[in-house]
Amino acid sequence: MRILSQIKFPARIEYFKTFMDFVSSCARKQGFSQKRISEIELATEEALINIFNYAYEGNNGDVEIVCKLDNRKFILEIADSGVPFDVLSVKDPDISADISARQIGGLGVFLMKKLVDSIQYRYDGKKNILSLIVFRDNG
Amino acid sequence: MEIATRKERNVLIISVKGRLDAATSPDFENSLSDLIAKGENTFLIDFDNLKYISSAGLRSILATAKKLEEKKSEIVFSGLQGSVKEVFNIAGFHSIFRIFDTDKDALIKILS
Repeated sequence: MRILSQIKFPARIEYFKTFMDFVSSCARKQGFSQKRISEIELATEEALINIFNYAYEGNNGDVEIVCKLDNRKFILEIADSGVPFDVLSVKDPDISADISARQIGGLGVFLMKKLVDSIQYRYDGKKNILSLIVFRDNG
Repeated sequence: MEIATRKERNVLIISVKGRLDAATSPDFENSLSDLIAKGENTFLIDFDNLKYISSAGLRSILATAKKLEEKKSEIVFSGLQGSVKEVFNIAGFHSIFRIFDTDKDALIKILS
């Protein structure tokens, strides 16, 4: 396991672009295709927005993203010290409902789960740690 | 994110360039709301130059579609590429919206 780079900023929308540029540049250096980079960005965005909106319940707090390499695996570890929340426990939305019955929310976590190869959650040292894992030879 | 609009008969064609993410989607949704308030009722959203969409973008589309459905109006899409196409597929948007390969195809179908 090798740490490539890391970043830590307040969990606020003003830092959204900073976090996204960091992740994008990290993925680009690994030679992923543009489509794969977009998928990695999207999974990251969904995780970040959840943290910005819910983790600190209106109080201040940080998000830390660590970009790692483990053999064939590219790993983004996204950590916050907010309320314990396993994003993987969120129920999938009904994607067959018609327009009027469609729920506005719930799609973010679903997309995140579909777009990376694997997701792991752990609560460790009073931190929510979400690992987004992408295999390097899948494009 | 940049938006350009043009009109063909009663169809308002909106070309969206760049990214529809958590930062830009509220602007997109507000622009569409303004156009609905001005009385526009048939929207063709051309995503040929859209590079990225997240659930924030999907939410703004869904919120707009709900408003239009109440008015018996329609929103259709064209030109989806790469990850934008993939995200639409995963979210099941093909089952609730008409989606065309190009804006020309869409116009032929809507205006016929």
